Amino acid sequence: MSRLSAKSLLRCLMMVCLVLFATATPALAKTKFKVAWSIYVGWMPWPYAEESGILKKWADAHNIEIELVQMDYVASIEAYVAGQVDACVMTNMEMLNMPAASGIDSTALIIGDYSNGNDALLVRDGLTAKTIKGQEISLVELTVSHYLLNRFLEKNNMKEKDVRVINTSDSDIGPIFLSNDSQKAVVTWNPIVMQIEQHPGITKLFSSADVPGEIIDLMAVNTKTLKKNPALGKALVGAWYEVMSVMSRRGADADKALGTMAAQAESSLVEFKSQLKTTAMFYTADAAVQYASGPEIKKNMDYVRQFCFRHGLLGEGAESADVVGIQYPDGSVQGDKRNVNFRFDVSYMKMAAEGKLKR
Amino acid sequence: MKFLSMHAKFGPVTTALLSASLFVLCVAAYFTASHIRHQENPKDKIMPTIGKMWKGVENTAFKEDRKGEYRLWVDTWASAKRLGYSTLLLVLAVLLGLHMGLYPFFEAVFYRFILFFDKVPALALLPILFIIFGLGELSKVMLILLGVFPTIALDTYLRAKAVPREQIIKGRTLGAGSAKITYGVVLPQIMPDVLNTIRLNFKAMVLFLIAGESLAATAGLGYRIFVVRRYIAMEIIIPYVLWMSLLAFVADLLVRLWIKKRYAWYQAH
Repeated sequence: MSRLSAKSLLRCLMMVCLVLFATATPALAKTKFKVAWSIYVGWMPWPYAEESGILKKWADAHNIEIELVQMDYVASIEAYVAGQVDACVMTNMEMLNMPAASGIDSTALIIGDYSNGNDALLVRDGLTAKTIKGQEISLVELTVSHYLLNRFLEKNNMKEKDVRVINTSDSDIGPIFLSNDSQKAVVTWNPIVMQIEQHPGITKLFSSADVPGEIIDLMAVNTKTLKKNPALGKALVGAWYEVMSVMSRRGADADKALGTMAAQAESSLVEFKSQLKTTAMFYTADAAVQYASGPEIKKNMDYVRQFCFRHGLLGEGAESADVVGIQYPDGSVQGDKRNVNFRFDVSYMKMAAEGKLKR
Repeated sequence: MKFLSMHAKFGPVTTALLSASLFVLCVAAYFTASHIRHQENPKDKIMPTIGKMWKGVENTAFKEDRKGEYRLWVDTWASAKRLGYSTLLLVLAVLLGLHMGLYPFFEAVFYRFILFFDKVPALALLPILFIIFGLGELSKVMLILLGVFPTIALDTYLRAKAVPREQIIKGRTLGAGSAKITYGVVLPQIMPDVLNTIRLNFKAMVLFLIAGESLAATAGLGYRIFVVRRYIAMEIIIPYVLWMSLLAFVADLLVRLWIKKRYAWYQAH
């Protein structure tokens, strides 16, 4: 009778465990980087930078390789938090409650734009701030839509309890709202806002243009990676502002660039341009540096972090909005100074503004 | 390498150890990786430690959340209701399949339609479902039904068809009417097989449930998993997934026990 002893079985198992995890050590020196992006009007310059060769040119100048990966929004941030990509586009809110709250020290390398109408609360039947009480409101919970609704309610002396929030997937929120007349209110983002608004009987009750500068779109980079590899920061910033200068030029060149971006965002040039109108792009590095260094951003970040805390986004155990430290360009820290995981760093954008980046 | 031979014999302890080995390996792999990640970053959320997961369970199951709800139970109840209604409605699938198998009229009307319907990926029709049935409970129940109804109906049909013709004739000669043959002769003997099919489709039902809840909901196990993903609360997601698996396993077990008890003859079959 052949018997496998329990002891040798255990030994075998331990070996397998060892082999599995011996390979898990990360490499140190890097020359190849992965950057994730997802479709949103303010981020379309990235795929354009790649397609036009601008990104490769800047990467070559700094002797590195940059690979852009397109993903779904939440999945892209999850990949960033898991360390699968080195940098990723996201809003200030997700940067705070996904990487920063998970202990991934992240730097806002580029302040690209803020939403200036791209996020909106749309209603039918002429609903107003007074009559919205008790209504069902569809939105993707815990996103900037949810944040926007809170800001709207706050400004009208209401609380979230005064309405009924229904979590609805962003992939179907548009058609669902349009086909159900019983749904009176929806909060969503572009291009969905644009599609819904085109229908008769729909009005815009509130939008991010009413709270300008609060929903900021950023390029977040892992702080450790950036410190070890300043070349990555320089190449990304350099490429970004070269695209910005192409976009802000008028005429055929700019239209061609915008056309490429529109195609990649699966919208028409007209639609894309109209979305750009509700996006406050910082076309120059100087403007972005000024916004990031001003007093307004601290006040806006405070709104955002208080919202995140109230909804448990900073972790169920968080005692206050102060658990994550947010560092500003002047060196000041909002929140826990010993746990700074969110940094606004304008040094790279400054180099671009002063024309000090190697091409 | 004798232990790999066809004639290898293992004692009860070794068998138990062998059966446990893959479970142990998975759990060990998880906690080793989690440990490594936590050494690099004590705040890691992607692979929470057992302590963090326990806290997640505590927070969702035994403490009121900001709305004053015990989330895990609220979610479990919401999902269980949806699954319960769908399971009850599957009775219709069984009846339809039974009639298709025995009555040429039902077969002519429904068989090809259901066969085609079975191949339609229900998930792709989600937006249409929400437009027809609204955002409430109905659309979620309908999605689960659309997903598994045809499978159950077709399976019942095949099994009813497979009942030997002689038996039905025998029933007739003994004086049974159509109703007696349908519900007294055929149904009872295909029932254990049908129950097995329903049991094996629990997994599909749970998948459809999650899909429906991810689209529009205010409570439910799938709903919660999708919402807390927004702040990478794996310490909640992992216990939720384990909880769902456990519930599905228990439901499966109950059906198996029921078959064993009610249809004792089936074991020998």
